[in-house]
Amino acid sequence: MTNRAEMTRRDIMKSGAAAATVTLAPGVTLMAFGGTAAEAAGRADAGKRWGLLIDASKCSPDCNDCVTACKTENGWGKDIESDHISPEQAPEWIRKVTLRDKTTGRTTSAPVMCQHCEEPPCVDVCPTGASMKRADGIVLVDKHICIGCRYCMMACPYKARSFVHEAITDQPEQNPRGKGTVESCNLCAPRIDSGRIPACVEACEKAGHSAILFGDLKDPDSPISKALKQYPNAALREDLELNPGVRYTNL
Amino acid sequence: MAMEQTIYRELKATPGVWQMAVLLLAFLAAAAGAWFYMEHHGHAVTGMDNQIVWGLPHVFAIFLIVAASGALNVASIASVFGQTAYKPMARFSSLLAITLLVGGLAIVVLDLGRADRLIVAMTTYNFSSIFAWNVLLYNGFIAVVAVYLVMQMMRRLDYKWVRLAGLFAFLWRLALTTGTGSIFGWLVARPGYDAAILAPLFIVMSFSFGLAVFILVTLALFKLNGRPFGDQLLMRMGRLLGIFAAAVLYFTTVQHLTNLYAAEHGAVERFVLLEGGIYTVLFWGVQVVLGGLIPIALVFLNPSRSSTILASVLVVIGGFAQLYVIIIGGQAYPLEIFPGYEVLEGWHEGVVNPYTPSIWELMLGLGGVALALFAAGLGAKVLRVLPTNLSDANLAAKT
Repeated sequence: MTNRAEMTRRDIMKSGAAAATVTLAPGVTLMAFGGTAAEAAGRADAGKRWGLLIDASKCSPDCNDCVTACKTENGWGKDIESDHISPEQAPEWIRKVTLRDKTTGRTTSAPVMCQHCEEPPCVDVCPTGASMKRADGIVLVDKHICIGCRYCMMACPYKARSFVHEAITDQPEQNPRGKGTVESCNLCAPRIDSGRIPACVEACEKAGHSAILFGDLKDPDSPISKALKQYPNAALREDLELNPGVRYTNL
Repeated sequence: MAMEQTIYRELKATPGVWQMAVLLLAFLAAAAGAWFYMEHHGHAVTGMDNQIVWGLPHVFAIFLIVAASGALNVASIASVFGQTAYKPMARFSSLLAITLLVGGLAIVVLDLGRADRLIVAMTTYNFSSIFAWNVLLYNGFIAVVAVYLVMQMMRRLDYKWVRLAGLFAFLWRLALTTGTGSIFGWLVARPGYDAAILAPLFIVMSFSFGLAVFILVTLALFKLNGRPFGDQLLMRMGRLLGIFAAAVLYFTTVQHLTNLYAAEHGAVERFVLLEGGIYTVLFWGVQVVLGGLIPIALVFLNPSRSSTILASVLVVIGGFAQLYVIIIGGQAYPLEIFPGYEVLEGWHEGVVNPYTPSIWELMLGLGGVALALFAAGLGAKVLRVLPTNLSDANLAAKT
């Protein structure tokens, strides 16, 4: 089976799938806003693997800016949404956790989002292939073919995914969400595709913490690769050997 | 062969049959209403959430799917294992297997966030997903068993072909239940699942639940039409049910002993066996005692017509409890994302997730049961699948 996420840009161009506008009849044009999954895959560069390195020692327990920025960027967690549903039903793309070491008592805090595994269980279990991994390592949900079975949520070891429990209005153009489908952090793929950094990373920098380092894990000269080489770091649930693209240090 | 003289007749439309049909249609209407309500408002109106992502509808659905493959056992015992006493019931066993599966699948499909995209699930497959395989296994089961049923009804067909079809259907049902158990068994993330034994456990559960459902549905239809069903035959099936119920207890014991031996699973075992509240009560009280030990005692220590019926009812109740503990309990128990740390702040981290099913979920689940029963009754009404006489005297004369 050809994995759509593994199609190269050339394949897309050859197949003509990159055309975002389709002429149905003279004067009638169908426009695809936000791009199709094939287009998104076309933008993804197989030569890169995007990742995050989170330095818990730089993360302030009182700061929530990464979460707020994600909400604004991706249009989840508005007050009107949380009014109708229980807190357990509310979406959660990124969350802050505060942890206390059971033996030493040291407390740390860090954000947790989709860990963008190299071997994502959510992609394995998805019956339709809606849960997918792009060529550049970003794991996301193709909301056009998600049937809302929630098996990916059962499979995710990080509780990174949430289900849209009710109809949503007033959505951001770059990130349409849909009632009855599953969603999660997509590492701000639309921003990355236009050469920007994820919203949470930007917000953390603005807040003066710079606790989240974003970059290409495949490039040995990228700051993230150098930092990973230099300091001890860990992945959450390392025992599962999923090789997440999100790594933690000083946790 | 004398057995070939069994007379199969359609169910007669007695007032009792009509009343039952109306009752089941009422449940179907209620389920349709519940579904429209959930579809319109989204899953916000259910008790399910981002922690308990599969709820009561899935307990009903998986019970029906597991029972479906088990209901086929009666036919398998007749045509694969050559027990002639079971042969007159083989046709209805095949029919009931199909309708139970349809009822279960209807629930799963109607619970989807985007039920309107069912066509996507039928046309787009990710073959590394056990769910995708199950779509094929379930649809294939319906086709295979339908062919098997038709072959059984073709009197002029050489019986060796029926035996062959029966063997194929039997192997298919083993694959199907393996697939159902593996939905949970292959989930490495959750300590409540992630166990290879879940696949064989689901197979023995299907033997037990399916036979219990078959006994109850068949007896009900026989009673509605005043057809005799012999005590000896019923008690013989009861003894088999007792053996199956004991097998479920055995596999359950091995499942928990294996977990208890591994230190990493100690906490989840403590949750289910000791401190899980509703889940602990359901496990010991309903699954083990009410749905396991008591039915076994009834059929072996006090065999009678009524004790067999009671044992069947208890096995069904115990089966629901067992699936509730596995499916809901497995999600209620928290994921261990930060081993060695205590979570002071987070998103429902490290706490037992509460779940209260809504009335809509219950109505949808009961609707699936009603659909399975209505379709089975309708099938028996239009097809010659039920024998006219299963009295012991009649059976003895033939064998």
